[in-house]
Amino acid sequence: MNGGQDLGGTDGHGPVMPEPNEPVFHAEWEKRAFALTLAMGMPGGWNIDMGRFVRENRPPGEYLAMSYYQIWFAALEQMSKERGLMADDEIAAGHSLRPPKSVKRILSPADVAKTLHRGGPTERDTNMPAAFRPGDAVRMKNINPPTHTRLPRYVRGHAGVIERVIGCHVFPDSNATGAGENPQWLYTVRFDGRELWGADGDPSVTVSVDAWEPYLLSAG
Amino acid sequence: MSGHDHDHHHHDHDHSELTETELRVRALETVLTEKGYVVPAALDLLIETYEKKVGPRNGARVVAKAWTDPAYRTRLLKDGTPAIGEIGYAGRQGEHIVAVENTPKRHNMVVCTLCSCYPWPVLGLPPVWYKSAPYRSRAVADPRGVLADFGVTLPKGTDIRVWDSTAEIRYLVLPMRPAGTDGWSEEKLADLVTRDSMIGTGLPKRPGDLK
Repeated sequence: MNGGQDLGGTDGHGPVMPEPNEPVFHAEWEKRAFALTLAMGMPGGWNIDMGRFVRENRPPGEYLAMSYYQIWFAALEQMSKERGLMADDEIAAGHSLRPPKSVKRILSPADVAKTLHRGGPTERDTNMPAAFRPGDAVRMKNINPPTHTRLPRYVRGHAGVIERVIGCHVFPDSNATGAGENPQWLYTVRFDGRELWGADGDPSVTVSVDAWEPYLLSAG
Repeated sequence: MSGHDHDHHHHDHDHSELTETELRVRALETVLTEKGYVVPAALDLLIETYEKKVGPRNGARVVAKAWTDPAYRTRLLKDGTPAIGEIGYAGRQGEHIVAVENTPKRHNMVVCTLCSCYPWPVLGLPPVWYKSAPYRSRAVADPRGVLADFGVTLPKGTDIRVWDSTAEIRYLVLPMRPAGTDGWSEEKLADLVTRDSMIGTGLPKRPGDLK
């Protein structure tokens, strides 16, 4: 979606302001919101792409005004409600008011370390050959889905070169809508800075994105 | 049980908003715990992992090993994930890691313009600036200007390559080994490797910077 999250090349946000000796968390609630988000993935049953879409799918002004953990927490609340795992009146009461919904799995303390160590690899086997090879000239499609996509606006329509064939990976545009993993070949595509930003762009800059085959057109 | 004392933190944020957020987070944790969906002890372990155990010190060890062991450097640049796994770092938000090497001709910088993708097993959780609009907007369009925000000026003739983490590949910058470190141990070299030097918004410390 063309939302507030798609920030590459937008202006007016001011300078980057690094915080010296920044703590990992800035408040107790950030720790709990972070941990709840990780732990609820199992009982919640949503995937990372669904989570990203819920986070970005809000008015851009709101997205930009919220801290990152506020966005995470808002998404966690929304996904938990949408799946009937809890309701607003329970948040207001500060207690569960109904019996739990049955869930497949929860994250037990004994499983934390191995669950984190395993992670969630997204590479999948495929019989389909990759359509592109390193060095191939490509052009990014101009697509504007209202749903989740990982093709940022600043590269759409632009010409680039395949730098690397990464492998066949879960396709977020499908996975986010519940349409399945629909794995697709994934590539690193490199662009000259001036292709993206025009003649005034810095000629010594190149930029790459990782892009799935459905985002690409052959330009050879 | 969950270990939060819930005193009201008087930060410079909007106080009423922060209080409401604190209350909602606490209420949600209670509801989800009472329903049996989460176990507070598991939450505590998740927090402890990223607050105390997993952080940029991990990445610094990888970099220092690559600086001292040419065969390891080759393996790291060829296929980052197993090479980093050799030292024991793997998993969530680092399932597919690619290491990119700085040279006198090329400086690498990593960003996630669409959200906050970051190589957790080697760098821990991202700093606020990495997740914020100023960095995400300008890193791809004006990386030299971003470096200036960090007080970094690259030597003339250094090109910049920006890696936008739009998929589940996570990028780790392998900075150049500082001069004057011949014969240094991996452990001592790791002290020179800053978090920002592995994102590409900084350079490693020099020997004279170590106290």
